[in-house]
Amino acid sequence: MKLSRSDRIRRATSTVMTSLTALCTVAAIGVLAIILFYIARSGVRSLNLHFLIETPKPVGEGGGIGNAIVGSALLLALSCIIGIPVGISTGVYLSEVGRGWFASVVRFLVDTLTGIPSIVTGVFIYAVIVLRMKHFSAYAGGIALALIMIPIVARTTEEMIKLVPHSLREGALALGAPQWRVTLGVVLPAAAAGIATGVMLAIARVSGETAPLLFTAFGSRFFPDGLDRPIASLTVQIYNYAISPYDEWHAQAWAATLVLMTLILGINVTVRFFTRKKF
Amino acid sequence: MSTPTVKMTPKFDIRNNSVPKLRPAKISVRHLNFFYGRNQALHDISMELPERMVTAFIGPSGCGKTTFLRTLNRMNDVIPGTRVEGEVLIDGESTYAPGADVVELRRKVGMVFQKSNPFPKSIFDNVAYGLRINRLTSTRAELAERVEEALTNAALWSEVKDRLNSSALGLSGGQQQRLCIARALAIRPEVILMDEPASALDPIATSKIEELIFDLKKQYTIAIVTHNMQQAARVSDFTAFFLLGKLIEVNTTETMFTAPEQKLTEDYITGRFG
Repeated sequence: MKLSRSDRIRRATSTVMTSLTALCTVAAIGVLAIILFYIARSGVRSLNLHFLIETPKPVGEGGGIGNAIVGSALLLALSCIIGIPVGISTGVYLSEVGRGWFASVVRFLVDTLTGIPSIVTGVFIYAVIVLRMKHFSAYAGGIALALIMIPIVARTTEEMIKLVPHSLREGALALGAPQWRVTLGVVLPAAAAGIATGVMLAIARVSGETAPLLFTAFGSRFFPDGLDRPIASLTVQIYNYAISPYDEWHAQAWAATLVLMTLILGINVTVRFFTRKKF
Repeated sequence: MSTPTVKMTPKFDIRNNSVPKLRPAKISVRHLNFFYGRNQALHDISMELPERMVTAFIGPSGCGKTTFLRTLNRMNDVIPGTRVEGEVLIDGESTYAPGADVVELRRKVGMVFQKSNPFPKSIFDNVAYGLRINRLTSTRAELAERVEEALTNAALWSEVKDRLNSSALGLSGGQQQRLCIARALAIRPEVILMDEPASALDPIATSKIEELIFDLKKQYTIAIVTHNMQQAARVSDFTAFFLLGKLIEVNTTETMFTAPEQKLTEDYITGRFG
């Protein structure tokens, strides 16, 4: 078979473009793999059971990040308790209920909120909560993280719900289901996997946040003894250790980073398992 | 005194012995106008759908037959910017009256859509959905019984009885449509609206649905929109012909396809347009 000139050009272009996209993919994934590998290699050296369950100690005496793991978990739990219901409700409102100018304003504000630098959120919570309470607290930290979660969860929820075919809603309405039952029993389950992705993104995002915790949860060298007290977190601990002049603390910062990433991965896998598409 | 609309209401020809015996009207529509925004989609429709009979709506695309069908269970309510004038009476009660309960109406008037729309749930849960939300059963055993009954009536039971807990989305297109019919039957409505229920199906699946319609009319009043005139002729007792949002003629299906009263109907049925 003899190919015409234009056919040969078309095939060549196709090959070049396909290779180009493959190359870009390898570049993007490659960088990620290098980061992961570097963290794992640097972190694993100081990683042991004591490190995971002990509280920090002065330089040269070892110590661990047990308090920071518990603190981060509490902060994350607090922010999820506040952020996920509010975020999902906002998303449901925007896609199912809200019409007209008010919904547009809400959507615009949510988008703006997504773009606010997290340090601004931290300062804001410092001003309205920490200064009023006159001390740092886990509550303030959790609320700051929740504020960052809400717009992410709200927008992904809205987008995912919009993907649910209208025919499903009509099918349920035609069976005599009131609107709220259609949303709760048909639309939300159909969008669950997508919403979970949004929630995951939000959790991953806030679990890596340091700035909003600096003036809210502050940090602590002890295990948490109440939610209205300052509380340790992995990110703040990593930050403190990383800017210290000691090699031992640097190594511990790497190990804490590895722990943080493993935890995020664990949450991710767990959420995906429970919201996987069953039907 | 006779207005033009009165002329369009069914004339049941007593000279013709083969005309099915007339039953009382289950649904009466009076001077119905329907608007999408400023666009009037239905013009002064008046007709009656007799009890436990099949009435087919035919007409070219965009003539308003689906819109009309959807006014019968107020399914158009969910489309923003629509407006209705006139009356739809079911068993003599106005469904668009201010105090009328739309949820109650839709329990009475079930619907099967053009494109099958099973929920992304198990086969059992699909059929049980209407029973659960309307709290029609009190025990698990009763629920299972009603689901089986609905699936049997929709001629699907034997094909799915061993896989009730698997996904409804794994069924074939024809099975999915029969599942949607079972879902509608489960809450024991009195009327079933079908919007081109077989248009996306192959001939074998289509004939199954048609046989099913034939069985169902013993118990239910059925209104069916169809593009396919042979189908209208096969399954229906009465046929209504719509054109440009107007009801041109309603008659027994036999009269309609042999000696229609209106020239337009004859032209459409013989394929001169549409």
